[in-house]
Amino acid sequence: MTVHNIRHGDASDGALAEAVGGRLSRVDGPAKITGAAKYAVEQQLEGLAYAVLVESTIASGKVRAIDTAQAEAAPGVLKVLTPDTIISLRTASDWFGTPPPDKPYCPLARDITFSGQHVAAVVAETFEQAVTAAALVKVSYDETPAIVDLSDGKAGDGIPIDAMTKEWGDAPAAFAAAPVRICAAYNTPREYQAPMEPHGLIARWEGDQLTVWEPSQWLDGMARTYAEWFEVPFENVRLVSPYIGGGFGSKALALSHGAVAASAAKMLGRPVKLVMTRPQTFTGYGGRAATRQTVTIGADHDGVIQSIVHRGVNETSIDGMWVEPLGSVTSIMYATPNFSSKQNVVRVNSVVPGAMRAPGENPSAFGIESAIDELAYEVGIDPLEIRLRNYAEQDPHAKKAWSTRQLREAFAAGAERFGWARRSPKPRSMRDGNQLIGWGVAAGTYPVRRAYGEAIVRILADGSVEVESSSIDMGQGTYTILAQTAAETVGVPADNVVVKLGDSRFPRAGVTGGSRLAGVMTGAVYKAATSALDQLVGLAISDPRSPFHALQANTLVVANGRIGSPRGDGPDVTIAELLKSVGRDCIEATGDTMPANSTAEDRYKNYTTIAMALPHTEGDYSRHSWCAHFIEVRVDEDFGTVRVSRVVSALDSGRLYNPKLAESQWKGGIIMGIGQALLEEGIMDRRHGRIVNNNLADYLVPTNADIPDIDVISVGIPDLHSSVLGGKGVGELAIVGVAPAIANAVFHATGKRVRDLPITLEKLI
Amino acid sequence: MRDFSYLRAGSVDAARQAAALPGAMLLAGGTTLIDLAKCGVAEPDTLVDITHLKGLDRIDVNERGATIGALAKMGHVADHADIKSRFPAISEALWQAASAQIRNMATIGGNLMQRTRCPYFRDPANFSACNKREPGSGCSAIGGVTRGHAVLGTSEACIAMYPGDLATALVAFDATVHLGERRLLVDDFFLLPGTTPDREHAIKPGEMITAIEIPSSAAARRSTYLKIRDRQSYEFAAASAAVGIEFEADGRTIRDLRVALGGVATKPWRARAVEDALKGKVLEPETIRAASLLAVEGAVDHGANHYKIELAPRVVARAILKLGETA
Repeated sequence: MTVHNIRHGDASDGALAEAVGGRLSRVDGPAKITGAAKYAVEQQLEGLAYAVLVESTIASGKVRAIDTAQAEAAPGVLKVLTPDTIISLRTASDWFGTPPPDKPYCPLARDITFSGQHVAAVVAETFEQAVTAAALVKVSYDETPAIVDLSDGKAGDGIPIDAMTKEWGDAPAAFAAAPVRICAAYNTPREYQAPMEPHGLIARWEGDQLTVWEPSQWLDGMARTYAEWFEVPFENVRLVSPYIGGGFGSKALALSHGAVAASAAKMLGRPVKLVMTRPQTFTGYGGRAATRQTVTIGADHDGVIQSIVHRGVNETSIDGMWVEPLGSVTSIMYATPNFSSKQNVVRVNSVVPGAMRAPGENPSAFGIESAIDELAYEVGIDPLEIRLRNYAEQDPHAKKAWSTRQLREAFAAGAERFGWARRSPKPRSMRDGNQLIGWGVAAGTYPVRRAYGEAIVRILADGSVEVESSSIDMGQGTYTILAQTAAETVGVPADNVVVKLGDSRFPRAGVTGGSRLAGVMTGAVYKAATSALDQLVGLAISDPRSPFHALQANTLVVANGRIGSPRGDGPDVTIAELLKSVGRDCIEATGDTMPANSTAEDRYKNYTTIAMALPHTEGDYSRHSWCAHFIEVRVDEDFGTVRVSRVVSALDSGRLYNPKLAESQWKGGIIMGIGQALLEEGIMDRRHGRIVNNNLADYLVPTNADIPDIDVISVGIPDLHSSVLGGKGVGELAIVGVAPAIANAVFHATGKRVRDLPITLEKLI
Repeated sequence: MRDFSYLRAGSVDAARQAAALPGAMLLAGGTTLIDLAKCGVAEPDTLVDITHLKGLDRIDVNERGATIGALAKMGHVADHADIKSRFPAISEALWQAASAQIRNMATIGGNLMQRTRCPYFRDPANFSACNKREPGSGCSAIGGVTRGHAVLGTSEACIAMYPGDLATALVAFDATVHLGERRLLVDDFFLLPGTTPDREHAIKPGEMITAIEIPSSAAARRSTYLKIRDRQSYEFAAASAAVGIEFEADGRTIRDLRVALGGVATKPWRARAVEDALKGKVLEPETIRAASLLAVEGAVDHGANHYKIELAPRVVARAILKLGETA
């Protein structure tokens, strides 16, 4: 459980920082900077034991034998877990809540389908003893040939995913008839979320009650999985996730290491801590799947698109299914009378890939936003102009009006700030000494995912306000915007609001993923706070002990923690004084964004699965966030090194609940996009089917030195079709389109089109 | 990481004696040693802590040259005013290495003992074959992921790249390493892998690096370290060059030239062929570029590291031309 007392931010926050839409600084910032913030695995528990994982060193085959004798004899060892000795669990449902097959689940593998799979674990009195003993576990294997990646000859064409097919018109015929045709293949490698805080947990059993301290993007969903694994009621599992050191999609699900730790805790009757090593974070769960796309565009000589034919492939694991929707941006970004997109999924010997910032939209945009740039050069039209000529006035796929689409405004605002009009159109025509300069543009989009949330708002005897929700803050600012929402709605200063998050005992919330949480939770808090305010005013008017009783007013005004009459002619008291006079020590109200008449079963599904989320095209509108990135690169003509020297991005996330936090998230997405474009790639030893750069010295993410000043411009307007208070998604949007904008800028600088990420120097020298 | 004994040495002599015992290693900044212990490569029985020994962190610069104690921190040397003015390449090599946090911990002596970043060397659990770790076990890198591996000085036993920056600058300027009484050119301190890649340094049991000494020269005073890499900071070199130059009185004719390469070889790589080709020549871009190609004479790639053969001469040429511009 985490409590924050709001403190006023710095002077840059501005006078109206505390209201919704104000630039209040992050209220959890001081605790994190000073080290006072206690993360999940930093809990100090009596009797804590330490578990360390043993991983497979082959990519495909079977475990022949595990020799644990030496490990068991090592000092301090409490237990060596293998598939033969670990307790049996039940298979849990997936995140759609699909009923699972009725069979046991073992988080330690006998059948090896990827290198780095968990095969055993050692639990000891100290972490060091567990590490030492884990190295003494001897595993022998019967190895079989692995399918190492998409280019493996054994990989085949994969499995068609019919649900991904999107078609209208006659795309192949229109392409064949088009006077201008381009066709190219675009590839993205395995990429990893690389959060600062590695995955880990502490599990503790008390009877059949399980408490898990674990960084989590989805407390209720993970609690469901633990409950199903261990066959205990959902209510018996408590997830606690006070702070999260970055997730980027990777911390939404309970994973096999969690099952190992909770099993060990149950077997030993002691709390057990298990934290992955950094190398284990590259195989303990999935990063972004490697993808391949071909994009063919048929157009007329004016660059007006007649047809788009798109084919995509992503990798998945041998026994798991991950679909990275590669046609998601392709199908909505541009108007075209003819369209076809299909996708296959190919099984390889990898951990099942997972969600990573803007799954689907991110690689999809790399394909279509590179391809339209190629079309622009083919027909000799400015890359910005060709985007405007093919502007989609409505959703070309759903055939519905956009709820809001400020993309034209984004192009205009970004181009103006960047100075796009001064661009010299020819490749290799701008330089500064040895540096070839290139300017590129690309658009991005992310759908507005809508789900449900609950909150309790309490007005306490001292006049302060308390907010509780099982939603989480992984750095995006939930604590802060919920404080702002409650403060504005009730009418108290923000530093009189305490927000508590990250405990599954609180009112529920769905997954913090798909950029949905802010819209959902501000709505729930707004409703709860409105209800609490109504109760407060009702009491003040109707309670015979209230100083306002004699006033016979219809309503009262609450502002800055005080209650008065609208005309200011009656009493004026603090909330605390009023509550004291009527003999109440608390007013409590719950609020949620669920449909009326939701049943208990609906509620359980809403918060423990993603099956109930509303489609972004539900009803009359198609709802998306939009952005346009304008990027300058400098490419050294001798060395091939690409440096991003300028970024101007204009973004439409609807109404911003806190512009300072939204801008930070946008910049974070852009930085991650720069890493994706220039640095990030899981590098495979094809003989071993193993990623060899499984650490942060060899898997490169950007440093401060790689990032220029980033200029972000908000062009959004409130979109009440998207959320209660008018916001759209923020967190994932900004990464979408960064990689193609950089690739397009590199082409403009060098005349070389790089269609395989990352754009490393050897591709340009 | 397995259990080990910790010993705090009372003197240099005591440290040398203790470290000569089997299974013992010296502990200075620990930035490499702790890392290698965590990945299961270093398994010391005893760590001999020398961090508190007095007088080993001195930086003395005079007309004859610079003497830098083995325990001087990378960060301190990089920021030292006389090092910056008389040996700019040394300072630049240091501040472009590692991260600020590591430079504040890591020592000069430990830096010379830094080991390769070869991913196969660093992952014994998954790759049992490594001649550097286990002589005779084979080389996992050959035929594997080689983008970061050496193209110069390799052997059939090992293609691991020497990753350091400082030593590249040291060999360019004929620095020596003090091993107590014995002194060795840094160039001779580092060994080629040959058939014994497990032997990386010409240091003997009972010896300890106490200092490095860099003789003054006009070329060292006009020098630079150019490091080209995938990311701008906290990253090893794709190719780097330490270059120093001395012109004749005309300001255009090269009297003395020093060139050493980093990021491309199995040890810090002095490129004497480039130096010899350009001494006495006038600084002209075409001449420089042509001569710089000699830097990679005899280079052998292993596929993904081929780009280093293209890149290294361009880095050398740029560094020389950059020094010429300031003439």
